[in-house]
Amino acid sequence: MGVLLNEVSLSYPGTGLVIDRLSTEIEDGEFIAVLGASGCGKSSLLNMIAGLLAPTSGWLEVPKDGAAFMFQDANLLPWLTASENVDLALKLAGHPADKRGARVEELLKLVQLGHASNKKPHELSGGMRQRVALARALAQDRQVLLMDEPFAALDAITRDMLHEQLRSLWEQTGKTIIFVTHNVREAIRLSGRILVLSSHPGRILETRRITDELRNNPTQAAALADELTTILRKEQRKHELNDRISN
Amino acid sequence: MSSMTESRTKLKPVLALKLRPSGRLDALVAPLLTVVVLVSLWQIVSWVSPLREDLFPGPISVAQKLPQLLADGSLVSAVGNSLFRAVSGFVIAVVISTPLALLLAHQPLLRKGVGPLVSAMQVLPSIAWVPAAIILFGLSDATIYTVLLLGAIPSIINGLLSGIDMIPSQYKSLSKVLGASKWEHMLHIELPAAMPGYVAGLRQGWAFAWRSLMAAELIAVGGSLALGVGSLLQRGRDLADLSLVMLVILTILLVGVLIELAVFAPIERKLLRDRGMSRTGESNG
Repeated sequence: MGVLLNEVSLSYPGTGLVIDRLSTEIEDGEFIAVLGASGCGKSSLLNMIAGLLAPTSGWLEVPKDGAAFMFQDANLLPWLTASENVDLALKLAGHPADKRGARVEELLKLVQLGHASNKKPHELSGGMRQRVALARALAQDRQVLLMDEPFAALDAITRDMLHEQLRSLWEQTGKTIIFVTHNVREAIRLSGRILVLSSHPGRILETRRITDELRNNPTQAAALADELTTILRKEQRKHELNDRISN
Repeated sequence: MSSMTESRTKLKPVLALKLRPSGRLDALVAPLLTVVVLVSLWQIVSWVSPLREDLFPGPISVAQKLPQLLADGSLVSAVGNSLFRAVSGFVIAVVISTPLALLLAHQPLLRKGVGPLVSAMQVLPSIAWVPAAIILFGLSDATIYTVLLLGAIPSIINGLLSGIDMIPSQYKSLSKVLGASKWEHMLHIELPAAMPGYVAGLRQGWAFAWRSLMAAELIAVGGSLALGVGSLLQRGRDLADLSLVMLVILTILLVGVLIELAVFAPIERKLLRDRGMSRTGESNG
């Protein structure tokens, strides 16, 4: 089972409507990117799917065991080592102590961090921290993985490497991934479908299927990136204008 | 170009060698030097002072008092008694304060009601409790422990509460996403995250416990009470022996500083180092 959103709306007191009657169905095993300008409600949408926020109206269906979540800034616990951070997710998921060690090792190897298992978060680079966060999210062993701009703060080379790793992990595990980003090229490179959200309130503006053929064809990918960037710029301008009027 | 690269690679180790040891040395030498300067000044002022030596003794006169107090065993026994009271009282204070702080942190209404009282207790000098405790418990250890606990508990509660208040809200989201129960959240995330604030509270709680103990021992003397450092201070006053008073004051200071340096400072340093943080003014290297 994937994720189903039906006429979901969210309002914050003071800010007003953030997401407006958003409906979509995300299939099991799909890699979907949610694209939108800053402040369009992308993260709020993920928080609702994760159960961290309740929708003001409408309803959504997620698998019974919930969804794993990868935060924008890794959100690792600074007093724990990389392996302890991953181990905590397994412990809280009820895995017995004698089986956790091997699984932690396996997960850290999967994200190519077997050598850094005893390092504390402050001893790791930004990219390494995000990989530990990814291993922790995988440790939760849930079919749905929510990723909130996880690579936004990374340099281009690290981001490129992590894109490759994430694609290969998705192919290996067949998880349903909902990936929030404001980076058009990242969305095209990673996902099979892109949802473009409007700004304030967030509504689905466009839905685009990304085939492997399009992804691997630089001319087609660049043309789509330009088109989506134009849509986002228009949205951003509209949002700024609305802000100016309301101020 | 190549010579530039060479000079850069050479420069690094030289800088590292020069900076690191002197930084550590400064931390040790600077306070020691300050003490030496202050003690020397004290001695010079006592020499040039027109006051009689028994009214304004210098550090040499104070130090001369030490062999006598060590020989009759009164100083060692007083320090031992006071340390036992302080440490056992402090442990009791921790056992009482920790669950109380956790309860207040998770019961907003209770915190609104009790929180200001706890802060008010922290402001109240613990010596104010001594007469009430003597009336209630007489000249007994119960009096001493009551004053000590009332001095230490508010600081420890407020320390843990502020530690919990400063936990990033993202940890709560993480806890929820990882499926932690309320107890698991408290044990695995909340308490470790609040540890720097908690240790700061414990540190302050110890200082308040030690101060309160001295105040209580100074006033509550006699009865079934064993001689403590505070009572020794009172004995100095009764004998109008300023050298003894000064020696006891220095002992109180020394014990407090030693516990601080030997117990709390290393714990706090390790805690901050583990989190990639450092105290303001300290280097992280």
